[in-house]
Amino acid sequence: MTMLKVAVIDRARQTEVARALRRVLPESSVLFNEEDTRPFECDGLTAYRQLPMVVVTPETEQQAANVLKICHAMQVPVVPRGAGTGLSGGALPHGEGVLLSMARFMKVLAVDPLARTAKVQPGVRNTVVSQVAGPFGLYYAPDPSSQIACTIGGNVAENSGGVHCLKYGLTLHNVLRVRGLTAAGEIVEFGSDALDSPGYDLLALTIGSEGLLVVVTEVTLRLLPRPAVARVLMASFDDAERAGNAVAAVIAAGIIPAGLEMMDRAAILAVEEFAHAGYDTDAAAVLLCESDGTEEEVGEEIRKVTGVLEREGASRIVVSHDEAERLRIWSGRKAAFPAVGRISPDYYCMDGTIPRSRLGEVLRFIAGLQEKYGLRCPNVFHAGDGNLHPLILFDANDPDQLARTEAFAAEVLEKCVAVGGTITGEHGVGVEKIDQMCAQFGADELDVFHRLKRAFDPAGVLNPGKAVPTLARCAEYGGMHVHRGALPFPDLPRF
Amino acid sequence: MSDEFMRAWAERIRTASERGVSLCIRGGGSKDFYGNAPAGEVFDTANHAGIVAYEPTELVLTARCGTRLTEIEQALAAKGQMLAFEPPHFGANATIGGCVAAGLSGPRRASAGACRDHVLGVRLMDGRGRSLAFGGQVMKNVAGYDVSRVIAGSLGTLGVILEVSLKVVPLPERERTIVRPMTQAEAIDALSWLAGRSYPVSASAWVDEALYLRLSGAERVLAPAAGALGGDTLDDSEALAFWLGVREQQSPFFANANSLWRLSIRPTEEPIPLPGTWMLEWHGALRWLRTDASEDEVRESARRAGGHATLFRSADSSAAAFTRPGATELGIMKGVKEALDPHGIFNPGRLYPDF
Ligand SMILES: Cc1cc2nc3c(=O)[nH]c(=O)nc-3n(C[C@H](O)[C@H](O)[C@H](O)COP(=O)(O)OP(=O)(O)OC[C@H]3O[C@@H](n4cnc5c(N)ncnc54)[C@H](O)[C@@H]3O)c2cc1C
Repeated sequence: MTMLKVAVIDRARQTEVARALRRVLPESSVLFNEEDTRPFECDGLTAYRQLPMVVVTPETEQQAANVLKICHAMQVPVVPRGAGTGLSGGALPHGEGVLLSMARFMKVLAVDPLARTAKVQPGVRNTVVSQVAGPFGLYYAPDPSSQIACTIGGNVAENSGGVHCLKYGLTLHNVLRVRGLTAAGEIVEFGSDALDSPGYDLLALTIGSEGLLVVVTEVTLRLLPRPAVARVLMASFDDAERAGNAVAAVIAAGIIPAGLEMMDRAAILAVEEFAHAGYDTDAAAVLLCESDGTEEEVGEEIRKVTGVLEREGASRIVVSHDEAERLRIWSGRKAAFPAVGRISPDYYCMDGTIPRSRLGEVLRFIAGLQEKYGLRCPNVFHAGDGNLHPLILFDANDPDQLARTEAFAAEVLEKCVAVGGTITGEHGVGVEKIDQMCAQFGADELDVFHRLKRAFDPAGVLNPGKAVPTLARCAEYGGMHVHRGALPFPDLPRF
Repeated sequence: MSDEFMRAWAERIRTASERGVSLCIRGGGSKDFYGNAPAGEVFDTANHAGIVAYEPTELVLTARCGTRLTEIEQALAAKGQMLAFEPPHFGANATIGGCVAAGLSGPRRASAGACRDHVLGVRLMDGRGRSLAFGGQVMKNVAGYDVSRVIAGSLGTLGVILEVSLKVVPLPERERTIVRPMTQAEAIDALSWLAGRSYPVSASAWVDEALYLRLSGAERVLAPAAGALGGDTLDDSEALAFWLGVREQQSPFFANANSLWRLSIRPTEEPIPLPGTWMLEWHGALRWLRTDASEDEVRESARRAGGHATLFRSADSSAAAFTRPGATELGIMKGVKEALDPHGIFNPGRLYPDF
C-alpha cells in the first residue's frame, strides 16, 4: 500500500535541526520523539504515512517566520499542515523535513459586520467563522463536509468547496486577502479589503496552491448575509441516469440553486442507516436541491424546480417545512463519508469533475465498472457543478481488492479527463493524484508550474514533491494518456 | 488552416524573443488608453475569432481571443444567458481577449463577482511560442496552479490569450432600477446596510447626489423588494441607458477634463476628503474621482482606505497608471512574468515600468 518509500529519520540531522529550531521556539513547540510526531504521520489520506523528522507548533507569525528562515538556511523541506483532513496527502510529512503545524493559529482577529469581512488566523476551523459571524446575521459560505474540523488555512491551500458552492463559489470566490510567509520567511500580502489589487492576481495563484507557494498566516474572508429563508427539496428518481439528466435540466431552465447534490441508492442506504435523514430508500437516486433568499425568491424557485423535476420524471418530491427538517435532510448528505466508512473496512474517494451533461453517461460507466471489478461504489456528487465523489469500497488487507480498486479508480479518472473534465474538483492533487497530472497537463504546462513555484520559492523547500510532478517523473511513467481501455501503469498503486 | 495560423504566431513570437523585439498585443484597441502607454510592434489578435463551444446547460462559453464582445453577448442573450461580470466594452470592437486581459468588471461585479471569478480556463501562447492550456471548461478544477485566473487582469504581459472559457449565468427575469436622492455619506451607510441583507440588488451607483439601485430577479421578488426600499422607479429604457452610461463611462460624470481616478477600497470607508467630483459603484467599494489632486495624494488616500488607486484616464501620459505593490510582492510578480515571458517581449511597461 505504501507506494512512497518511507524515509528513515536521520538522527544526527534531526538533532541538529531540532536544536536550531529550539533557539526560536519554546521547547514544547519542537517535537521529535516518535510518540509526539506519530500523530502527524498522515492526513485524511491514511494510506500514505511518513514520520516527520521534526514537528513544530508555532503560535505567532514571527515564530513561523523564524522556523522558515532556519529551514531555508539549512535546506530543510517544510510541510505546512492545518487540521490534517486533506484527502490527497498534501500534508503528508517529509522524512527529512519539518512539519509546520499551523493548528495553534486559532484566533478570530476581527469581524467587521458592516464591511462583511472576517479576519482570521489560518488554524481557525471553517465552522467557527460562521459561528462568530452569526450574531451579525452573516455567515461564511464555503462549507466543506469536513467543516467542523478543517481549517481556513487548509481551505485556502486546497481551494475547498462545499455543497453551497454552486451559487456562492469556492474558497477562491470568498477570500479577499491572504497574508503569509514565503519559503524564505518573508511576509507577503495578496489582496486587500478592497475587491481587487494592482498587478498580477497572486491571491488567485495562492489559493489552491496546496502549501507549495506560501505559508498562510492570516486570511480575510468575505461574509454573506444569511438568507432570510432556505428550503431544501428532495426528489426521488427510479433511475440514476435520469436523475443526472434532471440536474442538467434544472441548470438549463436558468436556475442556479444554492446547492444541487445527488446520491445514488447505495449511498442513500448507507446514509439512512447511519444518519436517519429520512431519505427515500426505494429510490435509485435522490437529488437534494436547496433554495435560499427572500420568502418570495424561495417560493418562486421551488415552484420552478418542482416543475422541471416533475417533467424529468421525479417519482417523489418532498420540500422541507422548517429549519429542523432542512438540517435533518442535509445531515445525511454531510455524513455520507463517515456513513460509507461504516459499511466497508476501507473506501477510496475520487474527486473528478465532468461537464454536467455527461453525468448520466459517466454514471452508467461507473455502474459498468462495479460489475467489471466486483467492487461496490456508492456515489455522492456535487451534481450541480459536475463534481463526482464515487467511493470505491474495499478491504485494504486483501491485496487483490486493492489492485482492483486502483484499476477501477484509474478508469474513472481517465473517463473524467476523456469527457472534458478534470482529475480533481476540490480535494487537490497532493501526492495522491500526482501521476494523473501527467495526463491532465502536457510537459509545457508542467514546466510553467515549476517556474511559477520558483518565483515564490527558488530554493524549493516548501512542500516539495507535491501537486506538480517533475517532468522526469512523467517521462518515467510514460505519461498517462491511455486509450482503448489499456490501463496506465497498472502496477502503480494509486493512493 | 488554424494550425498554420498558430504556427505563424508561434514563429513570430519566437523570433521576437530571440531578437528582443517588443510586441504590443492588441485586439480591438478599445482599451489602448488603459494602463501605461502601449509600446512595441502591434500583434493583432482580431483575426483569431469565433465562438469555439457554447453549451448553455454547462454554463460555459469558449471563444477565441479576437471574438467581439458584442458577438458573445448576443450569442448568450439568445439562450437567456449573460456574462455575469458585465464587462465594459469601451468601444464597439472590443474583443474577449482584451476583456480578459484587462480584467475589468462592470456594475454587477459587487453582487456577481469579477472577471477573474468567471474565467474557467485559458489557452495561452507564452514567450517561448508554446501553446499552453490551463484550467478547463468545468466549474471546479484544482489540478495545477490557477494560472488562468492570473491571466485575467495581466494586461497581456504574460502571453497571447488564444482562447478563453468563461462561466456564464442565466439572465435575470426582470430588472428594475430605483433612485433616491441622498448625500454620498448617506449612500455609503445605506449601501453597507443593504449589503448585509438579502435584497436582490445587482448593482448600485451613487452620482449627482442620488443613489441608484438595480434589482434583478423574478417580478414576484422585485415588487416587494422595491416597495420595501422605496424611491422612484426609472423607466426600463431610462434604466438601461443609465447603467450602460456607468459601464461604458458615457454618463455626464465622465465628461470632464480632469484626470479620472479609480479607487478600489474598503466599501464602508467614509467619503474621502479629496477635491473633485465622485461617483460610487460596487456598494462603495469602487469610487471614481475626477480631480486635479496630485498622484501622491490620491494614492495615499486609497491606501489609507484599505485599497489602491489607478489613474484610469489621464491627459498626462507620463504618470504611472497603477499603484506599486510591496517589494516582495513585486519580486514575485517579476518571477511570474519571467516564467511565461522570459525575454520580456509582451506589452513591456504596460503594467509596471519594471517588466
Ligand atoms: C470527511 C471529509 C469530508 C470532506 N469534505 C470535503 C468537501 O466537501 N469539500 C472539500 O473541498 N474538501 C473536503 N474534504 C477535504 C479537506 O477537508 C479539505 O481539503 C480541507 O480544506 C483541508 O483542511 P485542513 O485544515 O485539514 O488541511 P490539511 O489537511 O492539514 O492540509 C491540506 C493542505 O493545505 C496545506 N496547508 C494547510 N494549512 C496551511 C497553511 N496555513 N498555509 C499553507 N498551506 C497550508 C497543507 O500543506 C496541505 O497541502 C473532506 C475531508 C474529509 C476527511
